[in-house]
Amino acid sequence: MKSTTEMKRVIIEPVTRVEGHGKVSLLLDENNVVRQARLHIVEFRGFERFVQGRPYWEMPVLVQRLCGICPVSHHLAAAKAMDRIVGGENLTPTAEKMRRLMHYGQMFQSHALHFFHLCSPDLLFGFDADVAVRNIVGVARKHPQLAVQGVMMRKYGQEIIKATAGKKIHGTGAIPGGVNKNLSIAERDVFLKDLDQMMAWSRSAVKLAKDYTLEHLKTLATFGSFDSNHLSLVRADGAMDLYHGNLRAIDAQGKTIFDQVDYQEYRDCLIEEVRDWSYMKFPFIKSLGPENGWYRVGPLARVNTATFIDTPEAEAERKEFMALTNGKPNNITMAYHWARMIEVLHSIEKIRDLLHDKDLQGTDLVTKGERREEGVGLIEAPRGTLFHHYKVNAQDQVTMANLIVSTTNNNTPMNMAVQRVAQDYLSGKPELTEGLLNHIEVAIRAYDPCLSCATHALGRMPLIVELIDCQGDVVQKLARDTNG
Amino acid sequence: MRTVLFIGYGNPGRRDDGLGPGLAARVERLAIPGVTVDSDYQLTVEDAEAVARHEVTIFADASVGGTEPFYFRRVSARGAPGFSSHGVEPEEVLALAVDLFGARPEAYVLGIRGYEFNAFGEGLSPRAAANLALAEAFIGGVLRGGSWATGECGDPVESGCAIGGAAVKETLRRR
Repeated sequence: MKSTTEMKRVIIEPVTRVEGHGKVSLLLDENNVVRQARLHIVEFRGFERFVQGRPYWEMPVLVQRLCGICPVSHHLAAAKAMDRIVGGENLTPTAEKMRRLMHYGQMFQSHALHFFHLCSPDLLFGFDADVAVRNIVGVARKHPQLAVQGVMMRKYGQEIIKATAGKKIHGTGAIPGGVNKNLSIAERDVFLKDLDQMMAWSRSAVKLAKDYTLEHLKTLATFGSFDSNHLSLVRADGAMDLYHGNLRAIDAQGKTIFDQVDYQEYRDCLIEEVRDWSYMKFPFIKSLGPENGWYRVGPLARVNTATFIDTPEAEAERKEFMALTNGKPNNITMAYHWARMIEVLHSIEKIRDLLHDKDLQGTDLVTKGERREEGVGLIEAPRGTLFHHYKVNAQDQVTMANLIVSTTNNNTPMNMAVQRVAQDYLSGKPELTEGLLNHIEVAIRAYDPCLSCATHALGRMPLIVELIDCQGDVVQKLARDTNG
Repeated sequence: MRTVLFIGYGNPGRRDDGLGPGLAARVERLAIPGVTVDSDYQLTVEDAEAVARHEVTIFADASVGGTEPFYFRRVSARGAPGFSSHGVEPEEVLALAVDLFGARPEAYVLGIRGYEFNAFGEGLSPRAAANLALAEAFIGGVLRGGSWATGECGDPVESGCAIGGAAVKETLRRR
């Protein structure tokens, strides 16, 4: 095998450092065999510096500027960190339940949007289908009932966010030590009215994802797949908990790497590594080192790490999911979709339970205790574990911020998936077709990465694929811009 | 009177990407009867349902490389493959409104030229702020019963804006 020094390595410099650009570079040898495949995500890291000097109480609102896609996740993770600063981490029942309702609304709408309107074209029409049909409008024309479900589930979740966070942009619902509003009876009744429909659609979504996975298992079992560690928050009893818990990591066979680690001490078990070809860091489990310590986060990891799910219908689905791999962790990348829909069902079950809980109409909204100078807030965002870590001085100014976003946690796995798909589907083929581009995208999309989040202004490009031969020449370049 | 949905979108925490929400806030203050104003980080699929409930929709967004100070174009339904779920284009929202909700939407894009997108921070660049003022004058005139003529409001200092009528010209004169 040739060393990479004998081949031309090309580091593709991003055009601009705007968050939201993804680049895949494929390095070929003289036989057009893929020797290297990399996903470069151009993540602008200036935010941590931007917040320095700002008062801590601004953080839950300020951090929503980081991402236009999952502002609720950043809002809640920052609020949880600030709970620690004000000594208010033991929230009142109303405050915790309002935040949970907001979070399950976010999870519900985000997962529904991803499945019905982003992934369903691949699943319904095939990875190689005509690109003119393989899109959300194609789904709307061929399967309008599914497309309507996606729209209305998304809308339901968005309305929950609006009712709990106060507004769509820069919501203010969560504040250090609590929340600033409860849920009125009138607001609650609006959501109860459509609840049964949302439950039914969630059940059918799980079935659709499950049936698809099982029907295509022979292909999907190896598509962009590999063994990996998995990491997530779990509750003290091991249950899946998307809002709060302690860190658990397991290996590909299900063996515990660490468990019930207080996330205030996350730096004792996790390290972020910098590599010269990507703006995004590569986190890994300290005890395993950078070569073996990388891990997956998100729906697949969460279903794998949880001992059980505390809502009955999602738990039944989890058992069926785990039975596929005889109770061992499921390492099939495309099984993310099935796991994601199990979380949709879990989220709507949680929303149902919360809507029937009178604590949401309580008036004891804020608590506080002994002031601290440092706080970490973690949450299971739709795309995976999200870390917010701050230090605050005596003048209430933020002096340090460190964020590990979900997509950063999945950096190495996404690169592994790209490498696997490129080797399996591209090697030896000199031409980079749209169908090939889509195979790579399908693997990346399984992780639901946040590539196009913060700035999306007209004319931006979310993904570029470049094929580079052994002479270092760009053989072909395909760009997936906002107009396809 | 036709019902109008005005959607301004973008991330106000990314400097000029906030042009869309900035204009939405200004249009809301105008309180024009029949005009519903919405604002979000980006367009998403559920906007199709709102579009279907209105006769006319205006999508206002920051433009990275478009005409200065703004352009106003008619748009129609069209499907396109997307890489992520993180936003859809006006044409896709319209296509969903047609296919899922049986709407026949009339729609326009108001693209306001911005310049600073690569930094975190509130506030528009001075040039973008000037463009916003012109766009407000223009769209305010349209929504109050002015001409819906489309086109590009280019090089206003030299030749005046080709669209927008007296309100835009007056704003230009004051600059």
